[in-house]
Amino acid sequence: MALPTPLQAFSGVPNTPDDSANHSAKTSVSSSSSIGETMTGAQALVRSLVDLGVEDVFGIPGGYILPAYDAINDDTGFRFILSRHEQAAGHAAEGYAVTTGRVGVCLVTSGPGATNMVTPIADAMMDSVPLVVITGQVNVSSIGTDAFQEADIVGITYPVAKHSFLVTNAEDVPRVLTEAFYIAKSGRPGPVVVDLTKTAQTGEMRYSWPQRMILPGYSPTTKAHGHVLTDAAKLFTTSYRPVLYVGGGAVRSNASREVKQLSELTGAPIVTTLQSRGIVPNADHAVLGMLGMHGTVAATAAVQRCDLLVAIGARFDDRVTGNVAEFAPAARVIHIDIDPAEIGKNRHVDVPIVGDVSQVLDDLIPEIERLQSVHGRPELDSWWKTIDNWRESYPLRYDEPTDGSLAPQWVVEQLSAKASPDTIWVSGVGQHQMWASQIIDFKKTQTWVSSGGLGTMGYGLPAAIGAEIGSQRDFASKKPVWLIDGDGSFQMTSEELAVAFFEHTPLKIAILNNSVYGMVRQWQTLFYDKHYSKTNLEDGLAGEHDESVADIPDFVTLAKAYGCLGIRAFTKEQALEAIDLANATNDRTVIIDFRVWKDAMVWPMVPAGHSNDDVMYKPGVMPLHHTPEQHDTALESNADAADSTTTEKKG
Amino acid sequence: MVNYPISQIGSGRHTLSVLVENRPGVLARVAGLFARRAFNINSLSVSPTERDDISRITVTADVEAVPLEQVIKQLNKLLHVLKIVELDPDNTVERELVLIKVAANERNRSDVLEIVKLFRVRVVDVHPESLTIEATGAGGKLDALLGLLDNYGIIELVRSGAVAVTRGPRALSEKVIGSTVTGR
Ligand SMILES: Cc1ncc(C[n+]2csc(CCOP(=O)(O)OP(=O)(O)O)c2C)c(N)n1
Repeated sequence: MALPTPLQAFSGVPNTPDDSANHSAKTSVSSSSSIGETMTGAQALVRSLVDLGVEDVFGIPGGYILPAYDAINDDTGFRFILSRHEQAAGHAAEGYAVTTGRVGVCLVTSGPGATNMVTPIADAMMDSVPLVVITGQVNVSSIGTDAFQEADIVGITYPVAKHSFLVTNAEDVPRVLTEAFYIAKSGRPGPVVVDLTKTAQTGEMRYSWPQRMILPGYSPTTKAHGHVLTDAAKLFTTSYRPVLYVGGGAVRSNASREVKQLSELTGAPIVTTLQSRGIVPNADHAVLGMLGMHGTVAATAAVQRCDLLVAIGARFDDRVTGNVAEFAPAARVIHIDIDPAEIGKNRHVDVPIVGDVSQVLDDLIPEIERLQSVHGRPELDSWWKTIDNWRESYPLRYDEPTDGSLAPQWVVEQLSAKASPDTIWVSGVGQHQMWASQIIDFKKTQTWVSSGGLGTMGYGLPAAIGAEIGSQRDFASKKPVWLIDGDGSFQMTSEELAVAFFEHTPLKIAILNNSVYGMVRQWQTLFYDKHYSKTNLEDGLAGEHDESVADIPDFVTLAKAYGCLGIRAFTKEQALEAIDLANATNDRTVIIDFRVWKDAMVWPMVPAGHSNDDVMYKPGVMPLHHTPEQHDTALESNADAADSTTTEKKG
Repeated sequence: MVNYPISQIGSGRHTLSVLVENRPGVLARVAGLFARRAFNINSLSVSPTERDDISRITVTADVEAVPLEQVIKQLNKLLHVLKIVELDPDNTVERELVLIKVAANERNRSDVLEIVKLFRVRVVDVHPESLTIEATGAGGKLDALLGLLDNYGIIELVRSGAVAVTRGPRALSEKVIGSTVTGR
């Protein structure tokens, strides 16, 4: 194993690169430089990626990353996916990482290329997605001079990345990459930036592999220690209204089996966050759906009334908790998370367990079994009766459109019903995202890709491309990818259709085209007196197409421009036909422009900042209130969306 | 989880000792974390330690225990942070240096010098219209000194921020696991 290379990583610009400041470093330079193959830092970068097992890389070239791109050849051991926008390269790497469990890798240039990566980096940070983002940087001698295309990306990303490295010396390239991948993947996964100066890319070094990492300040805890497992198991034996509140951390930890096992063992229902949809199939009786702002009544209510809340890889986000002071008021809390800083951050915790979710659950389950064999299992019948009562009384429902357009929720139902059980579902951000999460009948874990923490519009198309690349790589394309997008979100990164064409990633895209920024409009309806300020997109009208009115853009023509199949659906018959055609088309991307009702609303809803007890099933109906008329009359009077006809969905 | 003494609830002033890798950018990350949490720090000092590869940051802040705990956990997530402890005031030597330029003329110079003597501090510069005083000590002593000198008019004032070590023979850096920060 090679000795560590000299101190350069993370460090700033050495004043005199060859000075003798690092006496101790000298020895390791001489010992490591006597072995290995001579090459440039750029060549070492490409070699390191291959040695790290990287098979797919996303990005766009540019001046200060040119040496690295020059080192990529036809026989390089990874596939390179050329994006049309760096932000999209980042989201594609995210979609790839979420669905395959691998580290997503991006290679982009300095300055604007790097700053375009900030959004996906922040997005990956919020949703704990493992990414390694390699950015080009100007020459060491130009750093800090406002050189052409210079941006301090290490400085910019401090607050939104798990870690950022600046590499000024070719020697350090393989070690820093080893460290970057380890940091991205281990502990709480996240994005790591490696800013490679041109100096480091062009410098000569001797390549050796593997590399020894130097990370004295980094040692994630994966296994629970001490009495906490017993404490947690005890709480299960004395609780009569338990709930498992499962978050994205459980998905990252691949804990689908363990979560199901825990639920079966304890009889506790499972509620999920947006990120963990599908971790246990919806068909499982224990799954109550998503909780929080747009969660099901059953899930939100169960948490509000539980006496034991088991947070599993979840972080008590405000979209989940509503007013946190009134969240699950009677519950004792067990919190399992790999990140100690999440525990107790928003909510007092009775039993804190730091560790990797699947590892912790594997250790906790036998402990519960042991206590159950002594004390028996608490009787949960009346708890389940209450829960099932909520489920039956408040199934997901929606209002029928009054303008002859399609109900977006109906479209999602049909997409779900007709899709292969292996489908990977991807969404943009907005109402369509909530409907997708609520309505899709999730059958498998790691088949749901959606921007949660940051809520990034424009995430959908590139993430779907990344998911499809992952499907090709790991599942021999056997997992088809459906993107459910909004007309607004889609337009933020629609240029990536070119990538879908050239990279042969045949996606199925459903645009729920309501011709407005629907989610914003919903808030305007409810909280801003229907003042629809700047939420009209004018990109489609409901009803039969009127040639005299231009839809900007015309999504069918746009599809054609990028070599995709474009279909428009105004009626249910057209919609069903289009979905069948899309499911049958596997040689190119299909875009369906579903004309849906712009006044459709996402229900249930907990208004921002309210207690989850205020969950509103539909306008005027607050299931957790005994005297609904006393509460928030303003909200109710504004929310008089058409409710003449209603479709109920069981389950 | 990392061990640190839970802050005593209600005790306002807390002193944190943070061992970090001695390299550029570390202070910016640490300071940025405080800034992001709108965490008002009272003083912060950074300097080399007995080990070339490690710097020590001493932070004092007036805060509640809960936000402080969150800041400690967040600081622990920074890769360059090697060790954090919250120092127990009962078992800590804490010192700060101040330089105080006081308005002092023939009439009141002797009064000021009397205070200087009383506090066992030093005069490091004399001018017909001013005296510059160097004082070290725990925060409380310096506050008291400043309170008295205030009556004469303080022209200029600079404080170093507190530095602190625990009593007894051990070094905090002994707790840095792996101890392999050298050699880079
Ligand atoms: C990059 C970005 N800009 C702005 C927003 C604020 N925002 C949230 S939802 C939304 C509207 C989404 O519209 P669309 O994609 O058409 O979906 P719909 O809600 O109509 O289903 C907007 C503007 C955001 N989340 N992300």
